[in-house]
Amino acid sequence: MTTPKPRVALFVTCLVDFFRPTVGFSAVKLLEDAGYDVSVPADQTCCGQPAYNSGDKAGARALAERVIGLFEGFDHVVIPSGSCAGMIKMHYPDLFSGEPGWRLRAEALAAKTHELTSFLVDVLGVAPLPATWEGTATYHDSCSGLRELGVKQQPRRLLSAVDGLAVKEMRDPEACCGFGGTFCVKYDEISNAIVERKVADVRATGADLLLAGDLGCLLNIAGKLKREGSRIEVRHVAEVLAGMASGPAIGETRK
Amino acid sequence: MSGGLSPLSFPKNARAALANPPLLKAIAHIEETLVNGRRRATEALPEFDALRDAGRDIKAHTLKHLDLYLEAFERKVLEAGGVVHWAADAADANRIILGICREVGARRVTKGKSMITEEVGLNAFLQANGITPVETDLGEYIIQLRGETPSHIIAPAVHVNKEQVAADFRRVHADLDPKRNLDEPTSLLAEARGVLRERFLSADVGITGANFLVAETGSTVIVTNEGNGDLTQILPKTHIVLASIEKVVPTLEDVATIMRLLARSATGQEMSVYTTFSTGPRRAGDPDGPEAFHVVLLDNGRSAMLGNEFEDMLRCIRCGACINHCPVYRSIGGHAYGSVYPGPMGSVLTPSLQGLDASAHLANASTLCGRCESVCPMRIPLPKMLRHWREKEFERHLTPRKARFGLAVWRFLATRPSLYGLATRLAAWGLARLAGRDGALRQVPLAGGWTRWRDLPAPEGGTFRTEWAKRGRT
Repeated sequence: MTTPKPRVALFVTCLVDFFRPTVGFSAVKLLEDAGYDVSVPADQTCCGQPAYNSGDKAGARALAERVIGLFEGFDHVVIPSGSCAGMIKMHYPDLFSGEPGWRLRAEALAAKTHELTSFLVDVLGVAPLPATWEGTATYHDSCSGLRELGVKQQPRRLLSAVDGLAVKEMRDPEACCGFGGTFCVKYDEISNAIVERKVADVRATGADLLLAGDLGCLLNIAGKLKREGSRIEVRHVAEVLAGMASGPAIGETRK
Repeated sequence: MSGGLSPLSFPKNARAALANPPLLKAIAHIEETLVNGRRRATEALPEFDALRDAGRDIKAHTLKHLDLYLEAFERKVLEAGGVVHWAADAADANRIILGICREVGARRVTKGKSMITEEVGLNAFLQANGITPVETDLGEYIIQLRGETPSHIIAPAVHVNKEQVAADFRRVHADLDPKRNLDEPTSLLAEARGVLRERFLSADVGITGANFLVAETGSTVIVTNEGNGDLTQILPKTHIVLASIEKVVPTLEDVATIMRLLARSATGQEMSVYTTFSTGPRRAGDPDGPEAFHVVLLDNGRSAMLGNEFEDMLRCIRCGACINHCPVYRSIGGHAYGSVYPGPMGSVLTPSLQGLDASAHLANASTLCGRCESVCPMRIPLPKMLRHWREKEFERHLTPRKARFGLAVWRFLATRPSLYGLATRLAAWGLARLAGRDGALRQVPLAGGWTRWRDLPAPEGGTFRTEWAKRGRT
């Protein structure tokens, strides 16, 4: 008798769904290569973080209830974003204080929710199938993944196994890129000043590839690099790890 | 109010700051001095994180029994021959201090660096009542000459360059040789010391803040790097300490623990150069010290924070680490916040002190990157508290209507997956078409805040969910 395979669900995130499906497919490939069957619940939308960070607790809660209902039946929930994973892991339980039933469900979901690279390294502990990338990358630590979930060495460990890839650290990779969700349009001039510093740090490495684990940061940094006329490619780390980085990079001209 | 600016005009203040190259050049130094200094100091102390836990626990315990420790502190001050005054708010504190100054016929008072006197607006109040306050901390002295307020809680003049200071000194110290060399920071320091020495000697009252109040001894403690605090409190006949109530800790041992965190977090020093304990007025046989010792204990909204979601903020020891590591502060400096206390700690504290209506923008002007919390020696969950203020704004309908509308639309769509799918499919397709082969958009309707500064990478085309369904997957 064999034990049934754990059931893994992918929470795609609204940004990946909308801007960069390749990241979702890369995540699926990494999980399937590790031997899992991956489900993508069709009715998923947004984790509720924009509402939560804007003070709209009721709105955040309405979306959290949906996510809990859609995903609680799985053994693992994997997310290619430290920001959305942080929302579910660190903040969902707080949305239901005073309601033990919901809170238990939120805590149960939080316990089995993982940021993608953290899941691959900390939970599975298996190396992905070897990928190849010729060049030098630099890695931006996105804030929520780093400071809420402790995602720091995991992506670097995975990247160290990529053939041909050298990783060159930028000055202060842990500095915020200035995205901050709605912050980047509410206080756009300040956001711009912050991303200007980040982009200068990226360029100073001489790397030809900028990687990170969160699409919000990646859109922001790619948008700024592009505006400055830089040719540095910007990709989600999953694309490189899954060997699915052959298409145009984020914001790059289509062939 | 700070530099005449208000938190209500934060976006305008920030814009002006971003268009001020000397300011940007000055605050860029924070990285090499304060940030790198802290990193080196904390890396050299293996038990730093354990000390943070201990510091947090000391403060949390004290706050749970604040009345007890304040009364114990008062008893000890009285035993040592000092006087304790209780001030409910800023007006109270100013009135009490003016009363003491009048009683001793004071005309000139010297001041040690103190954010709490900034909070109550003491300088302007004394001046309006015919008493001249003289700031003796170099940074405070500089901004007093410039008619400004501190832009940082531990480095009040961090926004000023040395060339600007030299120009200010030439303007104000008009009796000195106009041809003197003021190119080096050391010559500026020497000049300020010379000018201040005479003022120390002629002051009638010295006013300082306190980094700690010690319940077991009735001592007040200040830390400085210039020794100006000592001259301020030892030379005049009257010493007044203005301190807020959360500065109290139970024992000298507790001071020692938190002191190991304070300077390392603030400047990267192991200790500040001077640490001074004041316990009562001069006793018979003391070589020096004031004849009268007053402690004014200020509440000003703090007791109302006890027991609510902002109580943790009262653990703050004013090291400034959150400010130094804040990407927003580092972009615009402190004056733009328009509040006495800038940066993350200021944005959490200010609404408690002056109300949410007068603090608009402060809680929102943060990316919630969390670096402030990660460096806070007292482990104050600053991002969480900024979010609490955002929740209160939302509950009270202070959130801008446009943002509320956007959130309502998003909630409407995101709770209706079919409609959401249709809308995102259309929008992704439309944006991809608009971008064409370019892959990024230079202008997008309704997204001016984004595209003014950066391109918007175009969606790949189909959404993940449609592509997934096309492959017959579930």
